[in-house]
Amino acid sequence: MVTLIVDNQEIETQEGSNLLQACLDNGIYIPNLCYLSGIEDPPGSCRLCFVEIEGYDQPRTSCRVRVQQGMVVKTNTEHVRRLQKTAFELLLSTHHVDCRNCPANKKCELQRIAKFLHFGLKLKRLEPLERDIEVEHEHPFLEYIPTRCVLCGKCVFVCRKRNGQPMLSFAKRGFDTVISFFGEKDKALDVCKECYACAEICPVGALLVKDSPNIPNP
Amino acid sequence: MNHKSKKELLEAFASIKTEAEKRFKKIKGDSNQNIFIGMATCGLASGAIEVKRAFEEALTEQKINARIISVGCLGHCYAEPLVIIDKPGFPPILYHNVTPGKANLLVKAFLRDDDPVFEHVLGAMEENELVPTVMEFPRFNQEKRVVMAKCGLIDPEDIYQYIAQGGYSGLAKALTVDPEQIIFEVLESGLRGRGGAGFLTGKKWQFVEDAEEKGKVVICNADEGDPGAYMDRAILESNPHQVIEGIAICAYAVGAKRAIVYVRAEYPLAVKIVQKAIEQAKELGLLGKGILETQFDLDVTVFQGSGAFVCGEETALIQSIQGQRGMPQPRPPYPAQTGLWGKPTVINNVKTLASIPPIVEKGGKWLKEIGTKKSPGTAIFSVVGNIVHAGLVEIPMGVTLRSLVFDICGGIPNQKKFKAVQIGGPSGGCLPEQFLDTPIDFDSLTEAGAMMGSGGMVVMDENACMIDVARYFLDFTQHESCGKCTFCRIGTKHLLDTLDRITKGEGRDGDIELLEDLSIDIKEGSLCGLGKTAPNPVLTTIEYFRDEYEAHIQEKRCPAMMCRALTAYYIDLDKCARGCDACVGSCPTESIFTTRDRKKAIDQTLCVKCGECMTACPSEYDAVRKVSPPELAPKIERPEEG
Repeated sequence: MVTLIVDNQEIETQEGSNLLQACLDNGIYIPNLCYLSGIEDPPGSCRLCFVEIEGYDQPRTSCRVRVQQGMVVKTNTEHVRRLQKTAFELLLSTHHVDCRNCPANKKCELQRIAKFLHFGLKLKRLEPLERDIEVEHEHPFLEYIPTRCVLCGKCVFVCRKRNGQPMLSFAKRGFDTVISFFGEKDKALDVCKECYACAEICPVGALLVKDSPNIPNP
Repeated sequence: MNHKSKKELLEAFASIKTEAEKRFKKIKGDSNQNIFIGMATCGLASGAIEVKRAFEEALTEQKINARIISVGCLGHCYAEPLVIIDKPGFPPILYHNVTPGKANLLVKAFLRDDDPVFEHVLGAMEENELVPTVMEFPRFNQEKRVVMAKCGLIDPEDIYQYIAQGGYSGLAKALTVDPEQIIFEVLESGLRGRGGAGFLTGKKWQFVEDAEEKGKVVICNADEGDPGAYMDRAILESNPHQVIEGIAICAYAVGAKRAIVYVRAEYPLAVKIVQKAIEQAKELGLLGKGILETQFDLDVTVFQGSGAFVCGEETALIQSIQGQRGMPQPRPPYPAQTGLWGKPTVINNVKTLASIPPIVEKGGKWLKEIGTKKSPGTAIFSVVGNIVHAGLVEIPMGVTLRSLVFDICGGIPNQKKFKAVQIGGPSGGCLPEQFLDTPIDFDSLTEAGAMMGSGGMVVMDENACMIDVARYFLDFTQHESCGKCTFCRIGTKHLLDTLDRITKGEGRDGDIELLEDLSIDIKEGSLCGLGKTAPNPVLTTIEYFRDEYEAHIQEKRCPAMMCRALTAYYIDLDKCARGCDACVGSCPTESIFTTRDRKKAIDQTLCVKCGECMTACPSEYDAVRKVSPPELAPKIERPEEG
């Protein structure tokens, strides 16, 4: 076991564990979107789980830090909050906020983070960015709503874990990046039937099982 | 290595070298006439193929016996196509901007009639009493060629030419000593990675050498992608063997048996030449199994990247080779610990690896004598943009920007004023005039807010709008972002949109602060080097050209008069010649009409601001004016029909 100090509180955790997991296990919440418990090589892509660690100049993403005996960590410094708020604000600027009509309402990770950071869901500093992409209806069982997606990649991860070669992956580049199943309809009929792991793991209701009542009309 | 095998090794290499020298003598022999044509991509683009054909035809027609040898790039792109004619009785003479017509003339006048046609000569390549040498020009004599020493002078597709000029003797020497000794020399030289970050090469090698795991890999990163940068391409196309030799030395030093050259598929000529070079080296036993009769094996292959800029980032490059989407991975772990297929991996830039053979041959201390204390060696820049002598320049580190731009590269063309220089590509920064005396080395450039980067340098004259420049680079990084992390994917989009608004005259109070705040967070928050450096063009242009931002936002004025929405053309009626129609036909939107007194005026509602009328207006009238903000253009009513 390893002992470390997080926000002046001593916590114990398994050796080799990552800092984010250690904090979450000890009831210390750090905002995160792309991290999955037990994931071996966290992607570190959402850029929310920043913490400050004694001995380092810059905040670091806690999911990528391995715990060390005696580590002194602060999860709530001004610097950390600034980066978290900016990252969150950026995600929000591409997210179609319509909580009332969203199946993820009340269990949405974005709502949780907004509440935690005391950050409203309305944009103040940034303008909303419209993404010129359509809802993907091609999949036999699933709908993908890109304007909700935060590209955390959890769906790709769980699909790979369950099916080896994932049915879903990132496509396109830059701001146009989306999740796509690359039109593999026939394969999807077989693989995706009754799986829905991707839809279950999606933290923001961007992947939905078809014919569920909350899919917006195109 | 025991004494016996050391002897065998040196004997094996000596016999290769003797063969190479024999062959080279045959080419260079006293009675031979040789025509060297620069046939790298830059030469080809300027018409070297046609020139070569013209030489062939003229030689046949004149029944002159001369050998045509395709060589690589000399770095003097402004003067392409370049041809060196080596004729007995004359020094080798360099001709510039050779056309098929000039080729024909040179064969008849020079090769047939012994007249070197002085008016087309750039200079002689050797000291002589007949023709001034190229070394009298600053563009030649202020350069220091280490990496590009043989570029443009040898046939890249003939390994023997490289060996005859001293090639592969670094590898032969390296194999006679312990790997630790090589790493010591590289450390001693202080060589820093030429890919941009400037990490100590010897240290990187040390990490991989120290790793106990087997299956180590060496990767040569030739995924060059900065707009306007083409150093790596030119080196691979002009002297691939120096890079391959560097790779082999590195692999021996760190204990790797496998190496990969990662070249982008958009460099088809480089891919072809490198592949051929690897084959040739294998045939001579300089690669493959039991190199130079030793126990050292090395398999080198070429991997073609599909052109994603982000794959130049080392972790994304590894993903790409592994068949995955080129998305950077958080570091640590560094590739030196967990790289390709999880094995310890050295990833070095083309220029870094090409610097290795001379270091091994001449010793680490030798490199230290070139350049500055903290950045030893040379830097290669592709100097492009508003510059007289554009092309590749290899200079000792520590030369000032002023000297590079004005002395070596001939300054700004068309009597325009220098405005800024963008160093380090989209990750670098824009430095204005007050930085002209900054020495070019890793630390000074970083301190100034730019970076060495891989060596792209865009020179801009007074007509460049700095907001537009920042917008251009952000447009590039935004499209080339892999889309993985929040800051880079969305943050750069906000930067781009804001800059776009400003150039369109829709800037608002607070935009500058928004750009600055976002830029700082993107730099701190992004996952990989692409995002961490993408805001640099924004931050440096705000820092050094804040007044331009303010003019755009507050006065809706573009001081450089580049932003279309903020400029207008009008015709000065005092200067316009009655009855002249020159501008009318040039206008693509028929926005030019005739006024009551038969002069011309522009209908601002139709004008698309292409500037064609300004070009068309005869210089004796010079009546078309460009203004910013557009309100400054006088309003002239179109007379009613009839």
